[in-house]
Amino acid sequence: MNGVHDMGGMHGLGPIAPEADEPVFHARWEARVLALTLAAGAWGRWNIDAARHARESTPGAEYLRMSYYEIWFAGLVKLMLKTGLVSRGEIASGRPAAGATKSMPPLTAEKVAGTLARGGPATRGGTRAPQFAQGDRVRTRNINPTGHTRLPRYARNHVGAVTRVHGCHVFPDANAHGLGEQPQPLYQVRFEARELWGEKDARGKNAVHIDLWEDYLEPA
Amino acid sequence: MPADREHHHHDHDYDHGQEPPSDMALRVKALESLLVEKGLVDAAALDAIVETYEHKVGPRNGARVVARAWSDPAYKARLLHDATAAIAELGYGGRQGEHMIVVENTAEIHNLIVCTLCSCYPWPVLGLPPVWYKSAPYRSRAVIDPRGVLAEFGLALEDDVELRVWDSTAEVRYLVLPQRPAGTEAMSEEQLADLVSRDAMIGVAIVKPPVRS
Repeated sequence: MNGVHDMGGMHGLGPIAPEADEPVFHARWEARVLALTLAAGAWGRWNIDAARHARESTPGAEYLRMSYYEIWFAGLVKLMLKTGLVSRGEIASGRPAAGATKSMPPLTAEKVAGTLARGGPATRGGTRAPQFAQGDRVRTRNINPTGHTRLPRYARNHVGAVTRVHGCHVFPDANAHGLGEQPQPLYQVRFEARELWGEKDARGKNAVHIDLWEDYLEPA
Repeated sequence: MPADREHHHHDHDYDHGQEPPSDMALRVKALESLLVEKGLVDAAALDAIVETYEHKVGPRNGARVVARAWSDPAYKARLLHDATAAIAELGYGGRQGEHMIVVENTAEIHNLIVCTLCSCYPWPVLGLPPVWYKSAPYRSRAVIDPRGVLAEFGLALEDDVELRVWDSTAEVRYLVLPQRPAGTEAMSEEQLADLVSRDAMIGVAIVKPPVRS
């Protein structure tokens, strides 16, 4: 989706403001939002792509106004409502619905270390042979899907060179929408700055490398 | 969501118990209570996750990887060839570091990591990202004006140095191997690790030579 989350190349969003000796969390609730998101995710009702899409679907003006963990909190509530882990009535009242049975949490304290250490690899066995090889010139497709995609707007319809073939990875555009993982070759593609931004505004000897799935690419 | 922008900036005092809890603090507490009561999450597991990212996983991990690469050429070769496996040799890996690539700074090439679409960041070696990394100003300009971004961090890159920006659009996570500063030849791996900052491993800083006392 062409949302405000897709910020690469925008101007006017203000100065970068690094904070000296920044704490990991600025409030206890931020830490709890991170932990709740990971713990609720252990139910397996949604995947990382659906979670990203829930967050980026926040209306644009709100997305820009909200802090990072406010966006995560809103995304978590949205995912739990959508998958039926909680109901609107329960969120409103803060209490389980009458007659609700108590579940057993899938992620207990003793499983945390192992679960985080395993992570969630996105690679899948050789389900599709790569169409491109290192050194090949490729053009990104001019696509503007209303759903989830990881092809940034600034990199669409541009020519680059494949610098690495990563293997088959889960395809976010499908996986975010319950259409299965549809694994396909993922490539690292190098774009010269002048290709992305034009000769006049490329400002120096710069290049951007972007990881792109095969369905985003065509031969150039 | 009607978010209260003012509160989260003033939550530093949360441990003092003097300010009333913010709107977000109340809403998150209410959700946690509901989920615990429904048996959907385990409160002790939440504590363990917070403890992990607040105290166990952070940029010291990445600094140890860098220091090892500076000290051991064979390790550096393995790190640049298969970063996930080489980082696992030091005991780091897992969530948000499943597929690692290390990019090396040299006299000719400087590397900079960003995620323009969200906040992708190599958690096992750097911990959770700082606010500026996740924020609109950095995400928007790192790709179109990376030299300007570096200048904002006080880093002036020579014109003939190639600047490579890595936009983390997939589940591949990038880490910068900074240049080893001059005057560190006699330093131990542990001393070297102390020189390496988080910002140098993102690419918005370089590792400075040690200050002689």
